[in-house]
Amino acid sequence: MSLADTSPLQAGDRSGLARQVRLGLITLLIVISLSSLTLGASGVSLWRGLEAMLAGDALPMRDRIVLLDIRLPRLLMGLLVGASLAVSGAVLQGLFRNPLADPGLVGVSAGAGLGAIVAIVLGGVLPPAIAGFLGYALVPVAAFFGGWAAVVILYFIATRSGRTSVATMLLAGIALAAMTGALSGIFVYLADDSQLRDLTFWGLGSLAGATWTKLFAAAPLMLVALLTAPLLARGLNALALGEAAAAHMGLPVQRVKTAAILIVAAAVGAATAVSGGIGFVGIVVPHLLRLLSGPDHRYLLINSALLGASLLVGADMISRTLIAPAELPIGIVTATLGGPFFLWILLRRRGVLEV
Amino acid sequence: MLEALNIGVTLGGRNILHDVHFSARPGELTVIAGPNGSGKSTLLKAMTGEIACSGHITLNGHDIRTTKPWKLAAQRGVLPQHTPLAFPFTVAEVVRMGLRRSTELSGAALIPQALARVGLPGYEGRLYQDLSGGEQQRTQLARVLAQVWTPKDDDGPRWLFLDEPVSSLDIAHQLQVMQIARDYADAGGGVVAVMHDLNLTALYADQMTLISKGRVHATGTPAQVMQDGILSSAYDCALRVNAAPTGATFLLPHAALGLAAE
Repeated sequence: MSLADTSPLQAGDRSGLARQVRLGLITLLIVISLSSLTLGASGVSLWRGLEAMLAGDALPMRDRIVLLDIRLPRLLMGLLVGASLAVSGAVLQGLFRNPLADPGLVGVSAGAGLGAIVAIVLGGVLPPAIAGFLGYALVPVAAFFGGWAAVVILYFIATRSGRTSVATMLLAGIALAAMTGALSGIFVYLADDSQLRDLTFWGLGSLAGATWTKLFAAAPLMLVALLTAPLLARGLNALALGEAAAAHMGLPVQRVKTAAILIVAAAVGAATAVSGGIGFVGIVVPHLLRLLSGPDHRYLLINSALLGASLLVGADMISRTLIAPAELPIGIVTATLGGPFFLWILLRRRGVLEV
Repeated sequence: MLEALNIGVTLGGRNILHDVHFSARPGELTVIAGPNGSGKSTLLKAMTGEIACSGHITLNGHDIRTTKPWKLAAQRGVLPQHTPLAFPFTVAEVVRMGLRRSTELSGAALIPQALARVGLPGYEGRLYQDLSGGEQQRTQLARVLAQVWTPKDDDGPRWLFLDEPVSSLDIAHQLQVMQIARDYADAGGGVVAVMHDLNLTALYADQMTLISKGRVHATGTPAQVMQDGILSSAYDCALRVNAAPTGATFLLPHAALGLAAE
């Protein structure tokens, strides 16, 4: 299949196309973000608020609270979580040289899930002083440390004399996921009915709990990860040719691997901690973009962040308006819409995906 | 100058190379030959820094173990025997990976030049995974050439390390790739190639080192090394060196004719 017609600059160079895609994604992100601010169960509209502000009228208290303290932090959280999950997916796929890699594979999701389950089930047992201090942050904090612990363990298992074996990490990740699954099972068995309900909802994911406090706690990690990830672009491109070839081309391979793993652990740990288990974004977004404009990580990482953010905010919009005033967990929305869409793409473009 | 002294490699508890000395000069095409499993690819990998070894290796006077990866990459390109590629990159994107950060913008014109050099003009927009094995191998050679395009400049000579560069090519493209290596050496660069084909070695190489059972079996010009007795003992197989009417050396496998070595 010839791609020569996709870029007027130089045959085989899809940079121009990728830049056009990026422009489109920025537009999409703006449209979705504004819609997300103006749509909701309360009927408060962003436009009405802006009109009032321009006319010099004071915004009604209720509108202010809905817009600034409920929808805005939730929007920002959605953007960061979506971007973090999608970029982590792209980074891991590049690192493992496998388009099927997913944050779940390096144990972050499993570790974070175990942390959350332990916090939910044993939260009541903690001394009141600690439980009171952490308050509602208990579950996210536990999830974050659970995710980090899993990555650190895997990293040490897979690193021998300064070299990290990506294959060992993948296999050990599967073993670790099984073990954390078993441990989680024990806690699920111990849980009472109301805890079981909490567990189930945490597992399905939601942005409903987004507040400014939570955002300020989780945003720095996700931001640092998102801003450093593009620095790995050239390295991940070279790794597509294998570690030996990448080293021959002058790439500090071990440093790139360590940085990639740290970035994913920070981004996914923080994202999972505040939003629960939202699957699917990390695997689908990079896939879609590779089909659109090729696998060059110099564009893939940034475009993944943009599309992941739009996708999650869009899914969140659906989740909170479809059965308003109640809410669907966002994981249900992403899986229901994304699954069939992904299958359709696979069947339509079968040839392109075979590596 | 490439110098490897007292090279020893142990892999999985087995000694692959014992106390090997090897050197190559810029301006020459130096071939490493030997039977399967003799350690010739291992020697190449040790000299490119891909695998750990004992001994001492210098390239252009610098110890390769203490040279920064990006500095080494500016001095030498390496064509591996097999290069897998994850993700559907185009041919132009693969070749561009060879460009170093400093030359990436100015070097974009190198991509079509390098592809034309390896006989793949107009292949820029093709997907790498749709190419034949031989075309993929030549695309990789174009990537390596793009990395060290100028054989020699003020920074000194540059080097090509080629691991069986003609293994999946038809005879015309074998000659084309050997000519690229020859021209690179003639322009002042250094070329070290692991080869199976002794006839091509005789036609193109300046120097050759024959490795057998992890040791240097013989070293010198192809004319010095390619003697019936030396080759037959290295390969453990009756071989007969002949001269074509044009004067070129060629090899006849006497073993296949049921004849013993003389």
